[in-house]
Amino acid sequence: MSKIHVTATINGEVAEFLAEPSQSLLDALRDNLRLTGSKEGCGTGDCGACSVMVDGRLMCSCLMLAPEAQGKSIVTVEGIANGEKLHPVQQKFLEHAALQCGFCTPGLIVAAKALLDRTLEPTDTEIRYWLAGNLCRCTGYDKIVRAVQDAAAELRAAR
Amino acid sequence: MNVVANKTDLKVVGTRPIRPDGVDKVTGRATFGADFFLPGMLVGRIKRSPHAHAKIIKIDATKALAHPGVKAVVTSADFPNIPSEEAFVGEGPTNFRDLSRNCLARDKVLYEGHAVAGIAALTAEAAEAALDLIEVTYEVLPHVIDVEDAMADNAPILHDDIFTQGVDPKPTKASNVAKRVQFAKGDIAAGFAQADVIIEGRYTTQPVHQAYIEPHACVVSVAADGQSTVWCSSQGQFMVRAFTSKVLGVDMSSIRVTPAEIGGGFGGKTLVYLEPVAYALSRQCGKPVKMVMSREEVFRASGPTSGGTVEVKIGAKNDGTIVAADVVLKFQAGAFAGSPVAPGAMCCLAMYDLEHARVVGYDVVSNRPKVAAYRAPGAPISTFGVECAVDELARKLNMDPIELRLKNAAKNGTKAVYGPTLTNIGLIETLEAAKNSAHYKIPLGKNQGRGIATGFWFNIGGESSATIHINEDGTAVVATGSPDIGGSRASMAMMAAETLGIPYDKVRAIVADTSSVGFTFVTGGSRVTFATGMATVQATENVIGQLRQRAAMIWDIPVDAVEWKDGEAVPAGSNAGKFPPLTLADIALKAARTGGPIVAESAVNAQGAGPGFATHICDVEVDPETGYTQILRYTSIQDVGRAIHPSYVEGQIQGGAVQGIGWALNEEYVYDKNGKLDNASFLDYRVPVASDLPMIDAILVEVPNPRHPYGVKGVGEVPIVPPMAAVSNAVRGAIGIRMPDLPINPPKVRAAIDAK
Ligand code: FES
Ligand code: FES
Repeated sequence: MSKIHVTATINGEVAEFLAEPSQSLLDALRDNLRLTGSKEGCGTGDCGACSVMVDGRLMCSCLMLAPEAQGKSIVTVEGIANGEKLHPVQQKFLEHAALQCGFCTPGLIVAAKALLDRTLEPTDTEIRYWLAGNLCRCTGYDKIVRAVQDAAAELRAAR
Repeated sequence: MNVVANKTDLKVVGTRPIRPDGVDKVTGRATFGADFFLPGMLVGRIKRSPHAHAKIIKIDATKALAHPGVKAVVTSADFPNIPSEEAFVGEGPTNFRDLSRNCLARDKVLYEGHAVAGIAALTAEAAEAALDLIEVTYEVLPHVIDVEDAMADNAPILHDDIFTQGVDPKPTKASNVAKRVQFAKGDIAAGFAQADVIIEGRYTTQPVHQAYIEPHACVVSVAADGQSTVWCSSQGQFMVRAFTSKVLGVDMSSIRVTPAEIGGGFGGKTLVYLEPVAYALSRQCGKPVKMVMSREEVFRASGPTSGGTVEVKIGAKNDGTIVAADVVLKFQAGAFAGSPVAPGAMCCLAMYDLEHARVVGYDVVSNRPKVAAYRAPGAPISTFGVECAVDELARKLNMDPIELRLKNAAKNGTKAVYGPTLTNIGLIETLEAAKNSAHYKIPLGKNQGRGIATGFWFNIGGESSATIHINEDGTAVVATGSPDIGGSRASMAMMAAETLGIPYDKVRAIVADTSSVGFTFVTGGSRVTFATGMATVQATENVIGQLRQRAAMIWDIPVDAVEWKDGEAVPAGSNAGKFPPLTLADIALKAARTGGPIVAESAVNAQGAGPGFATHICDVEVDPETGYTQILRYTSIQDVGRAIHPSYVEGQIQGGAVQGIGWALNEEYVYDKNGKLDNASFLDYRVPVASDLPMIDAILVEVPNPRHPYGVKGVGEVPIVPPMAAVSNAVRGAIGIRMPDLPINPPKVRAAIDAK
């Protein structure tokens, strides 16, 4: 089968690539565009390591076909910081040591930012349910929840 | 060396700076195993057995090799047939022959998912399509999955050369029981004769996977002259080099292994699966080959840890004094011998000061993937049984479970059942801290229960190397051989900065490849901050010696008249005050004139890692309708010696506790009657997710280890030892029924309540 030409906006830049019809967006990001920040922990939608924003919606990029990205705007972990300036979620993950191996971190950063884009007053329970699709095997989630709360507080203060 | 600095004098150790690799990890820049690309790189895949146990009659790759894009196919015929040879390279003894046969099966497949061939192609699509074209003819054999079935007389035998070791006389009949181990002290019959009460129980645990989120991944490139480079995610680049060299029969010096960032391991990445196969493929076709496991392959063919049976008998006096303990352990090893039954046996009674005790363990093969180390290998399984039995004892004697443990706790000078005399241990401190914690005083409501459990892990030392370079501008780089799995670069930089007397952000710590730093044993056994930390501090002390020499040359005074203080050389003794101090930057600037680059190394075989003890408190609420167990509160109290970076120490403790909670409540390997794994996905296996859990309180107790310059003991493994018993004991309190078989999932709890 021949490849499909895809044009999408990725982290604010127009990107073009040739995708296999059956290729996942995750594989296209990683293998074709070499945006390896998004991780594959499962490839079946169960771990959240591949989380990206597609037209403002949080998605598992392993569950979306690359050709479906045509005309869409995609934000990956590489597009979360503002140039050299880290997003508060990124900064608070560092300050709270909310990562150990860091493999789940890209997905968690994207997912946590998506939550804070919706609300700056999440309860701990809301954070835990929002992030329930992002597996972390290292931290036990404690410091992750604290980091997200602290980022919310900082964003509230800056509002 | 060997002086534990007074905590109040410490400027960097004990603070919580941002880790050196942090920004890369929150921005997606960090390069993990699968993130590496080389020009012309091929994609490798593994053909796996569909059978639990079968003879390989023939492998025919003709059609696969003819498929467009396919460049190489390898089988075990591409590896030398190496003899049985045991060595201690990973986190336990490894038999190289078995390791080779686990990477690619020879003669027989021993579990569903066992690798039989490797393939490399231009694209993933081509490799996957051609996998089906490799024709393997099997003769299917009867299989055995469960440990006690495998021990039965008429069980299908996996290996006709296994004759149970450790029994006298040596058996003449092949068996699935690879080994019997025993640790004993005193006279247990005499001990039980003194008992007023005796508790007996049988407890079982299921195999669970380490479930690191990053699947195994590597890129291997073998050049025409046999020189090769491996980029991979592992718990030890030197381990990868040693195993690859053994399995392929090539010189170690021809292999250079560069460690990628590692996305979790927990013991499961202390051995190799893909690298030797990728090596053989690359050698065959002359191109770099990348191999990445799918999650399904990770579940079917890597890890997990053993499932086990734990039979416990404990005798005590009415006042709570334990007079005897007798434990029998049966551990699944998976397809090849080598379960962690020996460490399991050694650890399970180490929390107690016992006069009469015995632990017997059996290492049993069955048609499951070969087990790999998982955090405190063996100890969580055996301790689950012992700590449930001790809880039953407390209930029978109507004693507080912490008081019962305090009465019998191992203390300085206790001779452990497994041999050594324990010193500088902090078990009692953790029990006291548990007793005094706010958590322990919170009243419980309806359907709620509280469980207490303790645990022990040795913590190990071993071989580590470190190099420190003073840069031209007076900053420093520390290179070690220990992959950083949870913030160890930060602790290395902190210890070097503390020793040098300069700020943390002037020291950069990196993990070096096998050709750039001295041999270093795996990141495992809770050894890195202790042993590699010791090498780092010694290298730093060596470099300080050089810096004093350089200052002495600059000032033209004897070296012993130069002191190193707060990051500066200062003239001392009769020269005191004669010259203004020289900073690191001042000395670095003049390095060319005082003898050249300023570099020091240290290579140690660190001894005296302090033993690790922990006490956990778990509160649960059980829903009698559904049988669902909710963790309400969880507190882990651990003697850590000294925390270099307390946040990462807490993180280890919290993460270990949550893995233990998963082990207790829902994780398990489920097999169908054909010996096929039924739940090889995160969806069906289900590790704990954020919404399952409360905050995990970590309380650090610091009883410094005098054998480490900053008092470090080791942290990462004890946290997973107590949780399963803590949860079972809490459920026992909530529903009045002992749940002796893990996992304690809703159907089982519901059935137990119904049967009451
Ligand atoms: S890789 Fe997409 S959810 Fe796991
Ligand atoms: S930090 Fe390792 S999986 Fe989350």
